Amino acid sequence: MKKIKYSEITPEKIYKNRRSFVKSLGLGASSLAISSIPFLNNASAKNRDELTSYKDITTYNNYYEFGTSKSDPYRNSQIFKTTPWQISIEGEVEKPLRLSMEEISEMFVSEERIYRLRCVEGWSMVIPWMGFSLSELLSKVNSTNKAKYVEFESIYDPEQMKGQRYPVLNWPYKEGLRLDEAMHPLTTVVTGLYGKKLPNQNGAPLRIFIPWKYGFKSAKAIVKIKFVEKMPTSSWMWASPREYGFYSNVNPNVNHPRWSQATERIIGEGVWAPRVKTLMFNGYGDEVASLYNGMDLKKYF
Amino acid sequence: MIKYFKPSIFVLSTIPFLIISYKIIFNKLGPEPVKEITHFTGEWTLIFICLTLAMSPLKKLTNLNFWVRVRRMLGLFVFFYASLHLLTYVGIDYRFSWQPIFDDVVKKKYIFVGFAAWLLLIPLTLTSSQKMMLLLKQNWKKLHRLIYVIAILGSLHFVWLSKTIYFKPLIYFVIITFLLFLRINFKRIFNK
Repeated sequence: MKKIKYSEITPEKIYKNRRSFVKSLGLGASSLAISSIPFLNNASAKNRDELTSYKDITTYNNYYEFGTSKSDPYRNSQIFKTTPWQISIEGEVEKPLRLSMEEISEMFVSEERIYRLRCVEGWSMVIPWMGFSLSELLSKVNSTNKAKYVEFESIYDPEQMKGQRYPVLNWPYKEGLRLDEAMHPLTTVVTGLYGKKLPNQNGAPLRIFIPWKYGFKSAKAIVKIKFVEKMPTSSWMWASPREYGFYSNVNPNVNHPRWSQATERIIGEGVWAPRVKTLMFNGYGDEVASLYNGMDLKKYF
Repeated sequence: MIKYFKPSIFVLSTIPFLIISYKIIFNKLGPEPVKEITHFTGEWTLIFICLTLAMSPLKKLTNLNFWVRVRRMLGLFVFFYASLHLLTYVGIDYRFSWQPIFDDVVKKKYIFVGFAAWLLLIPLTLTSSQKMMLLLKQNWKKLHRLIYVIAILGSLHFVWLSKTIYFKPLIYFVIITFLLFLRINFKRIFNK
């Protein structure tokens, strides 16, 4: 998969105009026949690498701490306090480290990183994140040779986070990566999007993003990063081990027990846009496939 | 008053259809439009199932006969919204590509029960007329008890497709269970 450079991406305004033009075309044509029009299929195939609008990225979220519906996070997170904020890096390390958000933004330079996001529910976005590689942050501590995995813990604050008052998931939200996955340059610490500060509903003040895995692997509002010896149990694995595995790599060949993962819908497309084929490792196979050499990805889903 | 009861129920029942049509035409469906239509039509199917099932308990409760007079129409709206729901999934979402649809029906239990419920609605729709009622006599009643099975399958369809513990599918499940519970003839059971 080739990397998308910012210059290749259509600016949001032009993109929106073009989109509404395509939409209006689609609307008229749809009454005739849907799938037989090659123009419509081509149009959406091109859209695959176009940025999702700021509005959709910031109002259509899965963030159960703020509620289970897609619009809840935007609605319920506006009063969420992200200052002061501290992150502790601990566990199997020589010397644990605590960093404030101010220290982090001084120590690391955030750059624009445009990645696809594929949700396990079968939809996808293209998001211009601001961030830096997690490996930079993790290299500030020396892990012991017992460290095999990294566990991420999100904040627990039911006062501010409505959704945490209900046992929807095993709070606080936990996720994990194998150490080599965590150290991979694509694994990103996110501090912003669309060149702006990260909005609360997208995981402010700091989240991770792992572009080749389903969205839920990318924990939001992180307060603790822990090096551990044993494979951590993520919140979704707790909720349903049959449906959510530890790796959760985007894989069109391994179906979720309740729905197919072969195709996806691109967020922001019109009603008549077709599904598109999901790519192995979400299209980042060239970069990450070697992490899983010799592993049966059907077993380690 | 009674004269206008049925036509006004009809008009009210078409409102969800008008709303979703408006949203489709004017692009007001949000970031995931197909899912929005699917959920909207699916939920209204369940609401109409509940309404249909509520009519005979209401008749008993109020001793008024007119509830039962709109029952057939409400039942037909169940079929109408269920068909829109199915058509959205088959036609708009999967664009009539039968292979993945077939796989879904066979492998995913929530789709299996949903599809089964829709199939069971067909004989009820076909025999809904007064004529068929007279023709089938006692069997008509027996046949139309299928709506109890359909209601259970429909609510299971919603419960099983949810990702985690959701409130809404459980509410429908509870309402439908309650409405079916009202039909149990306790007198007969205890007198035995």
